[in-house]
Amino acid sequence: MIAVLGLVIGIVLGLVLQPDVPRGLEPYLPIAVVAALDAVFGGLRAYLDGIFDDKVFVISFASNVVIAAGIVFLGDQLGVGGQLSTGVIVVLGIRIFANVAAIRRHLFHA
Amino acid sequence: MPDEVPDGAPVQDGPHDDPGRGRLWRALVSPSRGQLIVAVLLAVVGFAGVTQVRTNTVDDTYAGLRQQDLIDILDDLAGTTQRAQAEIQRLEETRDDLLSETSSREAALEAARNEVDTLSIIAGTVAVTGPGVRIRIKEVSGQVRVEPFIDMVQALRSAGAEAIQVNGTVRVVASTSFQDAAGGILVGGRVLTAPFVVDVIGSPEALGAALRFPDGPADQFARDDAAELTYDELTSLDIESVHEPTPPEVAEPQGDE
Repeated sequence: MIAVLGLVIGIVLGLVLQPDVPRGLEPYLPIAVVAALDAVFGGLRAYLDGIFDDKVFVISFASNVVIAAGIVFLGDQLGVGGQLSTGVIVVLGIRIFANVAAIRRHLFHA
Repeated sequence: MPDEVPDGAPVQDGPHDDPGRGRLWRALVSPSRGQLIVAVLLAVVGFAGVTQVRTNTVDDTYAGLRQQDLIDILDDLAGTTQRAQAEIQRLEETRDDLLSETSSREAALEAARNEVDTLSIIAGTVAVTGPGVRIRIKEVSGQVRVEPFIDMVQALRSAGAEAIQVNGTVRVVASTSFQDAAGGILVGGRVLTAPFVVDVIGSPEALGAALRFPDGPADQFARDDAAELTYDELTSLDIESVHEPTPPEVAEPQGDE
């Protein structure tokens, strides 16, 4: 319940404050959000599996975000940022689909 | 959540049959303190997600795009421009072609119309109007014969007569024949009787001069046939009768035209 409340509070804060994204971060924010989503779905799946651990979740969340943004940053430095961000999105998307499939099996037995 | 078992899923006997679902249920109903950190992270995700969505919606400029993206967009635009220009050139050429074709067609059509007008007047197949003279030939004591009549038509033609009509019924054309007939003159297969009225379109002065020169048609009628020839020079004269052309039976145009 607290977790759901946290999500709602975050969304409301974003809507109310309407922060401006710093120009330097603009290419990385969408990647970071997708990576965080991957971590969230992974955590939910682990929780349903009964192997959830706060520490693991925090670390996976942070490392997902950092690595995803870092890969894209590295790609930008190498001149292949666009392609690399596409690659990262594809990989994270596949992981999200796999996690959601597992969650669905737990919740709906289907 | 456990009450929302969808159709087709195996029906279970309670919310706690599956360990995962049970844990989720318990977490929702009686949250532990460990959820706090999860809540914080989820708040971060929600915040960042909403921010990104809003930025994406608001920001429709090219600020924040990578150099490579900008170059790609520029290339795209250049290619599109080039294609559009090629298309414009092609369409303009087509338009010019069509325009010149149209104008040349119109010129040909105009020439053909003029020729048709000319030929129709010569062949006497259309009613015509224009300046000319109206000649009246009245028999005084004798009878009008065909020779002075033909001479008069000939004199009118020499003076530039463009259309001739006799008694308002017979149009005189190239193939019109003249013959003596009982009680009158046979013109173009029709018997006409005195008094004759000959409408002629052409220059009124020239036609008048052609009628009254010494020993001309007027004198001829008076001397040979004891008939009286008078004429009026008119600025506008209508010739309504037309000649029905008969297709030639034996004559054929020469050449392939």
